[in-house]
Amino acid sequence: MSSGNILLDVKDLKTYFSTRRGVVKAVDGVSLCLKEREILGLVGESGCGKSITCFSIVRLVPQPAGRIIAGEIIFDGEDLLKKNEREMRAIRGRRISMILQDPLTSLNPLFTIGNQTAEPIIIHRKLGKNTALEKAREMLKLVNIPSPEVRMKEYPHQMSGGMRQRIVGAMVLSCQPQLLIADEPTTSLDVTTQAQFLKLLKDIQQQSNFSMILVTHDFGVIARICDRVAVMYAGKIVESAETRELFNNATHPYTFALMKSLPNMGDRLDKLYTIEGQPPEMHALPPGCSFAPRCPEVKEICKQKYPPLSVLKDGHYVNCWLRT
Amino acid sequence: MSEIILEARDIKKHFPVTKGILFLKQIGAITAVDGISFTISRGETFGLVGESGCGKTTTARLLLLLETITSGAILFNGKDLTQLSAPELKNYRVSVQAVFQDPYSSLSPRMRTGDIIAEPIIANNALSRKAAKERIAKLIEVVGLRIDGAELYPHEFSGGQRQRIAIARALAPNPSLVILDEPVSALDISIRAQIMNLLHDIQQDLGVAYLLIAHDLSVVKHMSNRIGVMYLGKLVEVAESEEFYSHPLHPYTQALISATLPIHPDDQREKIILPGEVPSPFNPPQACRFHLRCSQAKPICSEQEPLLQEVTSGHQVACHLY
Repeated sequence: MSSGNILLDVKDLKTYFSTRRGVVKAVDGVSLCLKEREILGLVGESGCGKSITCFSIVRLVPQPAGRIIAGEIIFDGEDLLKKNEREMRAIRGRRISMILQDPLTSLNPLFTIGNQTAEPIIIHRKLGKNTALEKAREMLKLVNIPSPEVRMKEYPHQMSGGMRQRIVGAMVLSCQPQLLIADEPTTSLDVTTQAQFLKLLKDIQQQSNFSMILVTHDFGVIARICDRVAVMYAGKIVESAETRELFNNATHPYTFALMKSLPNMGDRLDKLYTIEGQPPEMHALPPGCSFAPRCPEVKEICKQKYPPLSVLKDGHYVNCWLRT
Repeated sequence: MSEIILEARDIKKHFPVTKGILFLKQIGAITAVDGISFTISRGETFGLVGESGCGKTTTARLLLLLETITSGAILFNGKDLTQLSAPELKNYRVSVQAVFQDPYSSLSPRMRTGDIIAEPIIANNALSRKAAKERIAKLIEVVGLRIDGAELYPHEFSGGQRQRIAIARALAPNPSLVILDEPVSALDISIRAQIMNLLHDIQQDLGVAYLLIAHDLSVVKHMSNRIGVMYLGKLVEVAESEEFYSHPLHPYTQALISATLPIHPDDQREKIILPGEVPSPFNPPQACRFHLRCSQAKPICSEQEPLLQEVTSGHQVACHLY
C-alpha cells in the first residue's frame, strides 16, 4: 500500500492569523507527503492547527484574519497556492473533497437529500438533472442508506446523525475525488455508528482508490484505518511514521505521553499517565520547542532552539533534541 | 458488599408528546427511562454506558430531582424520597451533587470561582462565611487550581481547569454521591487523564460514591467498580467491571465492546458491526428492544420481553439467550 506516486506534497506551509493579541502561528512550517491510495492520520489536541492545515490545502482559510504566508502545496504536480479562485473552485469538490465534523451543519436544511447529493454531480460532472439524480441514488445506496428512493425526497432533519454523515459521504464521493480530507468525521457519532462509518469509509476507499487525510484527536481511529500518522503540537508536526511503527516506537515525549495517557480496556490501572500543564497559548509560544514547558525530559537546549528534523528509520521522522 | 446509599427501583420517566397548537392533545409518550433498577454503595463507582438517547442523562436528572419520576421509587439510605420531610429532602439535595459534561455552560460567567464553589455551602447555611472561605481554599488545593484562583472568573481558565472548578463545587457540601455526567468527554486527551486521576484520588481520600455516565467504554472501564449498560431506556446488563469486560453476555454489550476503537493497530479483536441505528424511543420495538439489530435473535425475542436476571453472582443480564 505504501508504494505509489506522490499525490500531495505540502512543503513548509505557514498559515498565520493576525488577532488583537498578536500573531497566531496556527500552522508553522508543516510538511506533509501523501501517496496515492494512502490514508494519513493527522492527530493532535484542539487548537494544534490540524484543521487549519486542511483548510489551507483547499485554500479556505478564513480571510482576511488568516493568511497563508509561505509554503507550497503540490497536488498532482501543480502548486495550489499559485491557482486563482476560479481554478480552485474547479478543484474543490471535484478532485479534493472534504467531510467536516458536524454533518448537520454541512447539509442545507432547505433542500432535499436527493437535491443536495445530485448538486455536485451536476456542477462538476456536467450531467443532466435526471442522470445526476440517478447517480445520486446509486451513491446513497453505496453508503448503505436504506430505501434511497424514499430518503431522497426527505430533508436532513429527518435523518439520524449517522445517516447524515453517510449522506455527506455520498455527496463528497460522488465526483470520485483523488483526495478526501475528513476532519473529525466520527467525533459527533456514537460508538457503534462510528465503527460502521469507519468501516464504510475504508471499504469505499479500497474500492475507488482515493487518498485520504483523516484529522482526529483519537488514536483509536488512527489504529483502525490509517496507514501513516503525523502528530501535531502547537502548529508543527512533531513526529510522523507508519501507523504500526508509531504505536510500537513512539519517540517524541509528547506522542509517547499521549499514548500512555489513554485508558486501556485490557487492564485496569489505578493511575493514568498524565502530561502536566496545559497546551500552550498559540499567540505566545515559548522560544525553542513548544512542548518544552510540559516535557518530562526537557534539556537546556530545548528552551532555546527548535529541534531539527531527524530521521530515525525509513519513514519515521521526529523533531526532538533527545534524538539528534 | 458495603452499605447501599442509593437505590433506584423500577424507575420510569415518560415524556408526553403532544399535537396541536391551542388544544394540546397527547398522542403518545417517549419512554426515556423505562423501568430500571440499580444500587450504588458507599465509596463505589457505578458506571452507566449506552449510546445517545438511551436514557443515561435522564436517569441522572431523575436522581438529581431535576425531573420527576413517572413511576418507581428512589431510595436514599433506605428511605423513599417521596416519603421524606422537607428538611430531609434538603439534606438529600446536599448529599447528591453533580458534575456536567460541558464546563463552559455549567459555570456562571458572572461569578468568581470562589463564589461558584461557595454557593452550595451558603445555600445550605452549612457553614459560616469565614469557615466557608477556609473550605474553599482547601477545595481549590484539592482539585489542583492555582491558589489565587478563587478571585478569578471562569473565562480565565481553560476547559480542564473549569472542570476542576465544577468538581470543587460538587465536593463543597461534602456529598456522599457525585453524579458525573460525561465528565471528560469535552476535554482534550492530555487533560482527560489528569481529570480522571483527580476523580480517582478524591474518591480514595474522601470515600465519595460516583455514578459515572459516559459513552466511552474505556473511560467507564477504567473508573468503575460495576458497570450497567442501557439500551433504549432499559438496563440490559449489569456486572462487575472485570467480569463485564471478560465475559460480556448481552449481544449489545458484546457489540459495544467490539466497536470500541483499538489502542494498537495489531489489536485485531473480533469486530461485530451492528446493522442499523438505535430506533426512536417514541415507538420502540416490542418485546426485546434490541432484537431488530441482534445477530442472535430468536423467535421468542420478538414476542416476550426479557427480564433482568442474575446469571452468575453479581452479573445480571436481560436476554433470552441466558
